[in-house]
Amino acid sequence: MDDGFLQQFTSLFSEFDVLAAFWVNIQLTFYSAILALIIGTLLATMRISPVPSLRWAGSTYVTLLRNTPLTIIMVFSVLGLWGQLGITLSPDFTTNFFRLAVLALSVYHAAFVCEALRSGVNTVPVGQAEAARAIGLSFWPAARLIILPQAFRGSVAPLGNVLIALTKNSTVASAAGVAEASGLMKTMIEFRPDVILAIFLTFALGFVIIVVPVGLATTSLSRRLAVAR
Amino acid sequence: MRRGRLVLALAAAATLTLAGCSSGDGGDDADAGSTSEATEETGGAEGTIKIGIKFDQPGLGYQDGSEYTGFDVDVAKFVAGELGYGEDQIEWVQAPSAQRETLLQNGQVDMIFATYSITDKRKEVVSFGGPYFVAGQDLLVAADDDSISGPEDLEGKNLCSVTGSTSAQRIKDEYAAGTNLLEQPGYAECVTALTAGTVDAVTTDDIILAGLAAVPANEGKVKVVGNPFSEENYGVGIAKDSENCEAINEAITKMIDDGTWQELLDKNVGASGYKANEELNPPTPDACA
Amino acid sequence: MSTLFDVPGPVARRRMVWANIGATIVVIGIGVWVLARLGAKGQLDPDLWTPFLTANPWTNYLIPGLIDTLTAAGISIVTAAVFGFVFGLGRLSASKAVRWISGTIVEFFRAVPVLLMMIFFYLGLGQMRILEPSDVPLVAVVLGLTFYNGSVFAELVRSGVHGLPRGQREAALAVGLRDGQSLRLVEVPQALIAMLPAIASQLVVILKDTALGVIITYPELLDAARRFGSGNGNILQALVVAALIFIVINYGLTRLADALAGRVGKRTAGKPRAEAPSLVVATGND
Repeated sequence: MDDGFLQQFTSLFSEFDVLAAFWVNIQLTFYSAILALIIGTLLATMRISPVPSLRWAGSTYVTLLRNTPLTIIMVFSVLGLWGQLGITLSPDFTTNFFRLAVLALSVYHAAFVCEALRSGVNTVPVGQAEAARAIGLSFWPAARLIILPQAFRGSVAPLGNVLIALTKNSTVASAAGVAEASGLMKTMIEFRPDVILAIFLTFALGFVIIVVPVGLATTSLSRRLAVAR
Repeated sequence: MRRGRLVLALAAAATLTLAGCSSGDGGDDADAGSTSEATEETGGAEGTIKIGIKFDQPGLGYQDGSEYTGFDVDVAKFVAGELGYGEDQIEWVQAPSAQRETLLQNGQVDMIFATYSITDKRKEVVSFGGPYFVAGQDLLVAADDDSISGPEDLEGKNLCSVTGSTSAQRIKDEYAAGTNLLEQPGYAECVTALTAGTVDAVTTDDIILAGLAAVPANEGKVKVVGNPFSEENYGVGIAKDSENCEAINEAITKMIDDGTWQELLDKNVGASGYKANEELNPPTPDACA
Repeated sequence: MSTLFDVPGPVARRRMVWANIGATIVVIGIGVWVLARLGAKGQLDPDLWTPFLTANPWTNYLIPGLIDTLTAAGISIVTAAVFGFVFGLGRLSASKAVRWISGTIVEFFRAVPVLLMMIFFYLGLGQMRILEPSDVPLVAVVLGLTFYNGSVFAELVRSGVHGLPRGQREAALAVGLRDGQSLRLVEVPQALIAMLPAIASQLVVILKDTALGVIITYPELLDAARRFGSGNGNILQALVVAALIFIVINYGLTRLADALAGRVGKRTAGKPRAEAPSLVVATGND
């Protein structure tokens, strides 16, 4: 039984390029994480800013994006942005969908980054803001120098959760026509329905290998960066 | 509710050929699975037959309001009728492509009519009755597009198909390597991109395309090219070594001979002017293994 | 209104007005362009939208789909909460073995995509034949959601406890509570309150993730909308309607959770935690 299983694993790897598919997921995750962090930070700043319309825009964005299933956003990105509006992000056909998928993943997870940062901001004592004001800092310097750095440190754990969710949600990119792990998994099952369990284990373990280090890293990072109070 | 059905089923069993059918069901379950009890109870004794169809393929298998329509559905009704099940004894179950073998193996359905091509690979795990239709891979293009008459013309064009389908890859491998391939979760998404002009063609089996083209909202906007370049034999999926195979084949032969087959085809997918490939259709069912 | 900035003065207010007008013009401009493009592609055709004003898509597709979505989500929320509480406490346990086992379980289920788990349970349960076949998709969806979201809850409980001021635990031990008692009676209740916004977001995640059930034949809202759209040539419109339903329900859920959080916060008397009054709440946004 064990022998047969090992054989199935090796034959699967030789037949299909599983690693290449996972590499696509890692790339999707990498670019989306950066873009989502940028958009999310911007949103979090908007939500604590002095300008009412910015606060409104920030919270509207979060409300809309956070509450829509990613699959739908992904489909809108491809069928809406590209299909109907004709927006192309790259002259290369395949790269275009990769970027559309990154865009969809980013705008979706940015809402969660914003929420994570908000919960981080919640951990910053009011006294910090008061002190910042007292030494004459206006909103932006106070946010940039005092509040957000502490908020980032306080929100490492929730941000880690967002990153992990993003890694796994990168499988939804198959809905945007990007050939990644979940798409390959479907293809492999179609070709080899007999070794279905081996296929699942391969992919599940693949994600464990990617995600667990991220989880452990953010856990230890959140402990190391925690502001002792 | 369930009890009511049971009573009804028992009454029916006494009069119809149902008794024979359900014992047949029991037999193949015993052959196919190690633990057949659960399936036996839900399959035969209640007097309903569970038929797997597509729910989302207009013209073939589609949930239209509170009922089910399409060519596959109508053929299924006919075959089930020949097996002794009235329309109210049919329980429709959604059978998406990737799950068809599992549904049969798990005993979640008794028969599958869901654009199910007979292949040797699939025959290793399930059995087939039929074929009841021979489809071929074809292209769906915009109604005013005359530049595409076959897969060779797709060089440099955008082609849409569903995720994990081999049909689009075949075009890239065998006909036009420079085809841009877009994979979508469903054909309806592909058609949306086609009518918007961002893809040039959608590919899959001709009858599926015809079904999409026959949707009222798409009428006059898209057309099937009508130059099929593969052969897909749609069979009736049944559990491995099911004893229903012969009866299913007899039903299909009868349906073709008495003209019902043509009638059902025209009714369901004929609206866009689609005609089935006449060299291969109607097919003769294969001998049961 | 906020400790972060002064109430804007007349000059700043005037500048804001102009900036708002500018931004509004840009947003409207983009909106008009999008609508124009969609109109040109025929997507605004009333024929594609009016079906949603009739009973058919609602009674036959959307409402049954929504009921299935809510059923799966409702069960999963309860089971995930139980799972999360058990293993969250397990991770904080004094026993090394319990901590290790809980940690492994939580980290594993946090790592595997929900979709993979759903498919696995779907096939596994189907082969074991211990359930009525028609129940398998629902159970698989619930199990997938439970293990993933439960492990997220566990993580929230743990990080919430770690985020508490050290004094809480010290005080609890000082008044003679044991480790477990301090955890159960002092730390976890406070941690839960602190993590309520994150928990509320997770509830929304559960509801949305039921949409993955579409892959394993679970007839939930997204599946129902796609089915309707396929046969009526208006799949984009159907998805818009489905998205709106999701947004409205999830928004309601969030507001409910917020209101609940406010009440729980009030119940814990004057100052629950001296250092965590939220700046965000102080700015009075939303």
